[in-house]
Amino acid sequence: MSDGLAPKAAASNALVRYAPLLFLALAWEAASRLHLVSSLALPPLTDVAQAWVELVQSGELVTNGLSSLYRAEAGLALAIVVGGALGIFMASSRLANAMLGPLVELFYPMPKSALIPVTVLWLGFGDGSKILLIFLGCMLPVTIGAYNGARGSDRHLIWSARSMGAHRLRMIWDVVVPSALPEFLNGVRTALALSFILLVSSELIVSRQGFGYLIGYLGANGSYEAMFAVVLTVAFTGFLADRVFQFVVMVLLRWRE
Amino acid sequence: MTNTMHRLAWSTARLLPIVALIVAWEIFARSGAVTPFMLPAPSAVAERIYDDALDGDLFINIAVTLYRALIGFAIATVGGVVLGTAMARNTAARWFFDPIISVGFPMPKIAFLPVIILWLGLYDVSKITMVVLDAIFPVVTATIAGIAGVEKELLWSARNMGAKDREMLWQILLPAALPQILTGLQVALPIALIVVVVTEMQMGGYGLGGAMMQASRFANSRGVFAGIVEIAVIGYALVAAMAVLRRRLLAWHQEAQEGAGV
Repeated sequence: MSDGLAPKAAASNALVRYAPLLFLALAWEAASRLHLVSSLALPPLTDVAQAWVELVQSGELVTNGLSSLYRAEAGLALAIVVGGALGIFMASSRLANAMLGPLVELFYPMPKSALIPVTVLWLGFGDGSKILLIFLGCMLPVTIGAYNGARGSDRHLIWSARSMGAHRLRMIWDVVVPSALPEFLNGVRTALALSFILLVSSELIVSRQGFGYLIGYLGANGSYEAMFAVVLTVAFTGFLADRVFQFVVMVLLRWRE
Repeated sequence: MTNTMHRLAWSTARLLPIVALIVAWEIFARSGAVTPFMLPAPSAVAERIYDDALDGDLFINIAVTLYRALIGFAIATVGGVVLGTAMARNTAARWFFDPIISVGFPMPKIAFLPVIILWLGLYDVSKITMVVLDAIFPVVTATIAGIAGVEKELLWSARNMGAKDREMLWQILLPAALPQILTGLQVALPIALIVVVVTEMQMGGYGLGGAMMQASRFANSRGVFAGIVEIAVIGYALVAAMAVLRRRLLAWHQEAQEGAGV
């Protein structure tokens, strides 16, 4: 393949692919500029962009954004570690499975947003309650992913590792973890999406900091351009997080070919 | 006979951990290690739920929440299947909606809640709109994947036997795609519940989420825990009902004959 052509072709491909989004953006701008809809209900996209630049320059978006991301990361990290360990534990011990399985099954379908008021009751309005919420809300998808992955790992591999004298922990790390990885990562992806939903919901409902708080605050003050700017920022942060995660998964699972 | 006994014993055994959890919760809550404000005992929570049931509030709140969640879910189902079918069958529709779906799916749509409130106000319409907005994406992608996965031989033979487009759609494509579509719905349903609870918490009024926020504002922790239990039970019942529906609808499918779980 020649070097010069490929990037150009890729660029025009991407343009054709994403043209509908461009079209939507233009329609938004036009609808608002031509007063087809009230500019209060839908401020022109260019005004929203300008408000975004101002929010970044004043530092409001960055401080609140960092505080949100910290909460999401911390909660998610805890959920991955604890949830993953729990799933592997359940897969490796029949007793653990008999004890914990029904509980996981009971709590898994629970709409996790119901936990928002309780975490506030326990830990107040700050970081702690959001981290706890995201941890509790995201743990079970990871647990189920790890459990399904570990349970499906090749019995023959486990037997041969054992016959070669591998210790239990060593074997989990070398044999069970890699073969459980695809399902586990699937669970983590669900958890990642959930973490954003729970983060923004809890910040919208009770918070004094973060993306959700900023959206509510700007909306209450009637600065709708800025509110739209933050809403779009959150939406695209969630989108980007998912794409980055998919890339990481691709790299992690490269050995499978 | 022994088979039934065996099954009965097994399902009783599965209840044990749940009973143990409730007993442990009761003992821990009464031990004085935590205040009843932080963790009311399950008996106190049950009493509160009983009181709510007696004065009828419980049923109004459950009915309102279910109404919003299920109407939104139904709209998302119909809209998602229609859009997904259109995208799978029509190049122009696919070109236009594909980037919107692939960018929109991983977005936390709940961030648009204040925008939806600005446009549609604080009542049912905006809550249901939020549910649709969040629940429609998994249905669309599942429908596309389901229709794309229909075996070519099936399509060819149907064409050969003279099936028209409409017959193809209703008699071949949608039934063959049904398992995947149902999987999409099983993803969408819990999302619909999460979202309905959040919108109710945000906007207040009747509904389980609104009642929980009300209790939380008055620092009524029994009310908050009662809400959690109620919402958890509703969630569990709906997800279980969905699994039953799946088994019913797919009774003709290999999946049911193999006796696969969930």
